[in-house]
Amino acid sequence: MSADRRFWGFRRENGRVGVRNHVAILPVDDISNAACEAVANNIQGTIALPHAYGRLQFGADLDLHFRTMIGTGSNPNVAACVVIGIEPGWTQKIVDGIAETGKPVAGFAIEQHGDIETVAAASRKAKELVHAASAQLREECSLSELWIAAKCGESDTTTGLASCPAVGNLYDKLVPEGIYGVFGETTELTGAEHLCQARAATPEVGEKFLRVWQAYQDEVVLPHKTSDLSDSQPTKGNIEGGLTTIEEKALGNLEKIGKRVSYIDVLEPAEAPAAGPGLYFMDTSSAAAECVTLMAAAGYVVHLFPTGQGNIVGNPILPVIKLTGNPRTVRTMSEHIDVDVSGIIRREMTLDDAGDALIESVRETANGRLTAAEVLGHREFVMTKLYRSA
Amino acid sequence: MEVPHLLVHDHDDNVGVVVVEGLKAGTEMLCVITADDSEFRLTVRDDVPIGHKVALRDLAEGEDAIKYGENIGRIVSAVPKGGHVHVHNLKTRRW
Repeated sequence: MSADRRFWGFRRENGRVGVRNHVAILPVDDISNAACEAVANNIQGTIALPHAYGRLQFGADLDLHFRTMIGTGSNPNVAACVVIGIEPGWTQKIVDGIAETGKPVAGFAIEQHGDIETVAAASRKAKELVHAASAQLREECSLSELWIAAKCGESDTTTGLASCPAVGNLYDKLVPEGIYGVFGETTELTGAEHLCQARAATPEVGEKFLRVWQAYQDEVVLPHKTSDLSDSQPTKGNIEGGLTTIEEKALGNLEKIGKRVSYIDVLEPAEAPAAGPGLYFMDTSSAAAECVTLMAAAGYVVHLFPTGQGNIVGNPILPVIKLTGNPRTVRTMSEHIDVDVSGIIRREMTLDDAGDALIESVRETANGRLTAAEVLGHREFVMTKLYRSA
Repeated sequence: MEVPHLLVHDHDDNVGVVVVEGLKAGTEMLCVITADDSEFRLTVRDDVPIGHKVALRDLAEGEDAIKYGENIGRIVSAVPKGGHVHVHNLKTRRW
């Protein structure tokens, strides 16, 4: 293994490699956020993950909720987890799911105890977990063990010229070495769906992608749209940056998957990939925080985020690396940008150079260097909701 | 290498992207087709912001706009060669 393909990571009980060592305080439901935030306030070295849902959900929407909760706690960037819910049933279900990884996890239910007693008990447990996690040493790992997600945001025309192709160049180089990759953004492939279908590893996988894409058009866009979705797809920011239509945006978006790799399966939102190393497509919203949260819940440990006009999103457990090809964004929003690839549009930097710079940024981030979004405190944790609760 | 004003993805494209800030009408642009780094010159007719598109030839109402060698929508108001192409004259064919 060459020096530039090694990094220092956290080897977890199930063999997966993490790049962060969080002790997460995870609420089962919206009304348990306060207790989780109180525990995180009491115990340094923990991080609360408040969110808006978890009550009276049912069917596929409830399945997605549990998959996201369990997946988040199971992510290798999380060393240990405290789960707090209003009642013990769903709390235990999430604890049991996370425990399958072998990592330390404990659940607390608030009913018949109240917030104060629950916070005291959960804080004592969280303190133990922080001591154990903070004693864990990083060990030498290979970049090929990483699971690297990608999703772009506040795109403009430079995204399709520079930052998305730079991510594609990284995937072209690292997927053959054995990483797991993922891209998503179902609606945002509209206009490039035929090209995306053609990039599947087999005709069956391509047809599966097209069914997922068509279902969102038929079940959500067509029944609910009041116009052509302008101002949302593309967004106001996209339009300011020169993108005019969804077709144009989609073609730039798809540049993220490079020129050579094929995706080997189509994942449900937050579903962990199970077909071995390779690139996957996940059915997700194109809204940044929702998409990144789903990819973190699927087990990805580093996120690549090409932006044009300057989306500033982060995630509490997944380091998000921002890159841009827009020189104006580099100048006006420099504190948010980890990798500047604007040299591509000046023809001072090749795509190959940009891909190598991004790989080096991934290595530094995996070693523990904090990204711009982490240092700036971006912890957007946003659940995807399929329909109204009962 | 000289810094280009306009980048074009593909030889089949009829629009290109301005990649410099503060581009003024009347500038003779250096244009580069990224597919093979070939170059040509084109005079821009409008002040066009960075990231926005310019027509590479006269585009008639009803024509397809082509970028990445693919259809990105329908021209809804004629654009002269060198003119600014955006939401005022180009619409999606979807939705």
